[in-house]
Amino acid sequence: MAEVTVLAATGNQMVAEAFRQAAPDVVSAYPITPQTAIVENYAKYVADGRVHTEFVPVESEHSALSSCIGASAAGARVATATSSQGLALMYEELHIASGMRLPIVMANANRAISAPINIHGDHSDVMGARDSGWIILFAETAQEAYDNSLIAFRVAEHPQVQLPVLTTLDGFITTHAMERCELLDDTTVADYVGQRQPCHPLLNGPAVGHGMFASLGGTYFEVKKAQRQAIDGAAGPIAAVGKRWAEVCGRSFESIDAFMCEDADYVMVVLGSAAGNARVVARELRAQGIKAGVARVRLYRPFPAEQLVETLKNAKAIAILDRSDSFGAQYGPVGLDTRTALYQCKRHIPTHNYIYGLGGADVTLQALHQVFTELRALAQGNLDQGLSYLGTR
Amino acid sequence: MAELTEIRWHARAGQGAVTASKLLAETALLKGNYIQSMPEYGPERTGAPLRAYSRISSEPIEVHNNIINPDIVVVLDETLLSIVDVLEGISSQGILVINSADSPDTVRATIGAAPGIKVAAVDASGIALDTIKRDIPNTPVVGALAYISDIVSVDDLKQNLINTFGKKFSQQLIDANLESVDRAVKEVQVA
Repeated sequence: MAEVTVLAATGNQMVAEAFRQAAPDVVSAYPITPQTAIVENYAKYVADGRVHTEFVPVESEHSALSSCIGASAAGARVATATSSQGLALMYEELHIASGMRLPIVMANANRAISAPINIHGDHSDVMGARDSGWIILFAETAQEAYDNSLIAFRVAEHPQVQLPVLTTLDGFITTHAMERCELLDDTTVADYVGQRQPCHPLLNGPAVGHGMFASLGGTYFEVKKAQRQAIDGAAGPIAAVGKRWAEVCGRSFESIDAFMCEDADYVMVVLGSAAGNARVVARELRAQGIKAGVARVRLYRPFPAEQLVETLKNAKAIAILDRSDSFGAQYGPVGLDTRTALYQCKRHIPTHNYIYGLGGADVTLQALHQVFTELRALAQGNLDQGLSYLGTR
Repeated sequence: MAELTEIRWHARAGQGAVTASKLLAETALLKGNYIQSMPEYGPERTGAPLRAYSRISSEPIEVHNNIINPDIVVVLDETLLSIVDVLEGISSQGILVINSADSPDTVRATIGAAPGIKVAAVDASGIALDTIKRDIPNTPVVGALAYISDIVSVDDLKQNLINTFGKKFSQQLIDANLESVDRAVKEVQVA
């Protein structure tokens, strides 16, 4: 039976605790606001002898992920953490980690990307990694940052998956806010995460090479196809591993966290910490007899298109909220994903895409009320199906 | 206790507002409440004005935005009154707790607080200089807040102070902090 400790903790503290309990062989990381406390806490666990991890304090994020790749290829369980410009500096290694099918777990404190320089929370950094072949999870709360981080190890190292996982939490809003959290005992967590069973380690096995030269189409093309099949096929293992954690901790795991969507006329699609605000507004509207719902995407890659459409199918109008923009595209990233999913499943429900909260701009309940009001206009054909910036001057 | 109490803190960096908001939230957590405590981060320079927010509720807290309509406003530095509208958005029956040697009536007149708002003044800096020997007014201010509101009891606050400060501070410093709470409870004036 799991032993639970209730504590006041920040998202960063909870990710560090999850990493400590998963006990990676190697953590290689470089500090950056607002992720620093994860690395700092982990370094302290190492210094205090609470974990037997090889902690590598590198000189940049490029080196952080490079050394993680080496250690993971060798057969080690590996974790790291970054944010914003740090994640951007890892760009080439992101693709190497996924192309070599290395089950690295990386926490990202979601933060704006320069310029102009800004240290606050949005999803611009992680959306730069969305096509890199990593599995991506978004946490709403500090508690969920802990849950997702533990699930991440099981998913990454699952024999049918073997892919790196980004477990993300919103900068400051989730990384730095102290909330009521539950920590499970070390033994229960160790039993859940188990040990990594590497497929083709560089150490302790027959001589192999990883990521070797694959010239002119051919093998390269086939490896990429296998990567596509692997991430598409990860949905099943993710659901199974998530469900198993839900049984252990008593908190549900759904790739789409649906709130009052079954009979909702107006639904908001949202990622991360803003979902709680959206639910508060939806509940206020329900009290006034307006059927509002919220669909939060917890698993972002592989994108749970069918589950999302199943959640949205009865809506008369949908607001898709994006905390980043895809400049020059028709919509923001979640807007593109959601509209593609609706089209793919032949559901022609009007949508409007809202870009909100960039650079940590506060997501006020008033602004979310405005979105639901506009959805009524959208359902009646009195609002275009375009894109708006929410709450800007 | 009310279902949800929202508190906004005004201070200057270095006065311990973040520690104070965490101390209060942790004390409430230990009594079975849900809590949130978050600083509003900006460029961090000692002496710069800052805000912090706390939410305390008997129910799970879903909102994660800044607090716009606080039930309680705590001001750790009265020199902020001339540059920050500390009463902005305060609920009509709200409470203002301020570190000031002035009487609550004087504070009320200075900032033009509406009649429905309870004003509590405590010379937390004076108390801190006497007891802790440094102008870190956070502990006595939280002591006064606990005494005049029903968020946490003074006894629970002191017990949590012993538990959390006990991990990193000397017995002498813990005793000084406990004394600062007792002094604040005795000296706070409400109007």
